[in-house]
Amino acid sequence: MRRSSQFLLLTAVSLTLFLSLPLHARYAQQHAHGQAAQLRRLHVTDLCLATEARYTRHPALADRHAPFQEHPLALEHFPSGSLILPSLPEQDKP
Amino acid sequence: MKRAFERHLNILEFTLASLLRRKAKNLSLLAMYLLVIFILASLQFFVTALKREAAIILSDAPDMVVQRLVAGRQDLVPARYAAEIVSIRGVTAVRPRLWGYYYDALNGANYTIIASDDPAIGPDLVSIGAGVARARNLAVGDLLPLIGYDKVPVMLEISAIFPSSSDLIAADMILMSPVNFHQLFNFPSGQATDLAVMVRNPKELPTVAAKIAGRFPDSRPILKSEIQRTYQSIFDWRGGMTLIVLASALLSFIIFAWDKATGLSAEERKEIGILKSIGWETSDVLLLKFWEGTVISLTAFLLGTLLAYGHVFFLSAPLFTQALKGWSVLYPHFQLVPVVDAYQLTVLFFLTVVPYTTATIIPCWRAATIDPDAAMRY
Repeated sequence: MRRSSQFLLLTAVSLTLFLSLPLHARYAQQHAHGQAAQLRRLHVTDLCLATEARYTRHPALADRHAPFQEHPLALEHFPSGSLILPSLPEQDKP
Repeated sequence: MKRAFERHLNILEFTLASLLRRKAKNLSLLAMYLLVIFILASLQFFVTALKREAAIILSDAPDMVVQRLVAGRQDLVPARYAAEIVSIRGVTAVRPRLWGYYYDALNGANYTIIASDDPAIGPDLVSIGAGVARARNLAVGDLLPLIGYDKVPVMLEISAIFPSSSDLIAADMILMSPVNFHQLFNFPSGQATDLAVMVRNPKELPTVAAKIAGRFPDSRPILKSEIQRTYQSIFDWRGGMTLIVLASALLSFIIFAWDKATGLSAEERKEIGILKSIGWETSDVLLLKFWEGTVISLTAFLLGTLLAYGHVFFLSAPLFTQALKGWSVLYPHFQLVPVVDAYQLTVLFFLTVVPYTTATIIPCWRAATIDPDAAMRY
């Protein structure tokens, strides 16, 4: 087989796999298990992305001083704190 | 039609032979290109899947959470706050929540302890997350020893372990009865960590929040929309996690395409000169370079995206979870449900394949339009 045919074959296979990704994703979404009823009843407010600091474990509920630990000029202590930033206050919030 | 196809096929054949002549250089180029696409596509899959999970999980969040602040820090909320808030017009329910953190001195992990009034969790029973079970090597029926506020061990029996698929909610969670919660932390009765408020009409939320803030000046109402916004900003391209990876990958790609666009090697110029002197036209040379760029970039794009899909959805994104782990001892397994955003993949294609192919053609066009003799002598 010519090199060009081999390349086109490889590209056709990769392209088919690439185009089947959305189908696989849709299939996986349809067959995904929902969360346990016990957990849904908890009405959680945060995702468990990092557990090392309270303001990265519960960024939505952290008080605004938490990322600075003891005072506003304290240096960030935890690595996940540089990835999960605190939310900015809304302008028209009461 | 057939003739045009054969012309392309012949030029592609020549392109592949030419690429294989400089095997080491082109394979390393392909590997680098593939790595950049792999990182960008992995990030895109990871963030899109997390956004979907966040949207599903946070759809169950309470309409509003009311905290109490004392000296800028969160403090316990007296039960009377709940009684007064429920009397505000539009509020359907107020649920005092009892939760907190527990530092496990044995392994250095932090757990989230929640008191649940679920009848399945009786006194001295706990349901734990899969992360806690992994960290402490526990199974259903085992005893979970926790150290109480007074340093006296509290032994609780594990009645259930949440599956790993719930890790994004419950990896570090321990659910126990309110009685055990009070016993463990010496938590004062008549107080709550915060209040979950349910409101009948979501449009009334800001008004209800204003009323709560007016009646209790030390309270901090957090709306559901704010909770959702927090996660949107974390997974937004400007958010810390995305920006770090995106900036470094795009920068390396720009350096890489710039290097390609700024000029050809003497060997490549010589090759173009020879091809022109044996009768190739400028359009043939450009077609050759177009195929050269396409072979490298299309292969890198397709393989990079496929590998990224496997990395995020079959291997649970080990590259990114390392960054999120930080110093935590206990961390979730990111078993994400696959999501493919066609729009973002198209953007990725046009951001990487098109500029690279263009960057390959432009210097060749400049070399192909000069005299073959001059090109060979260059």
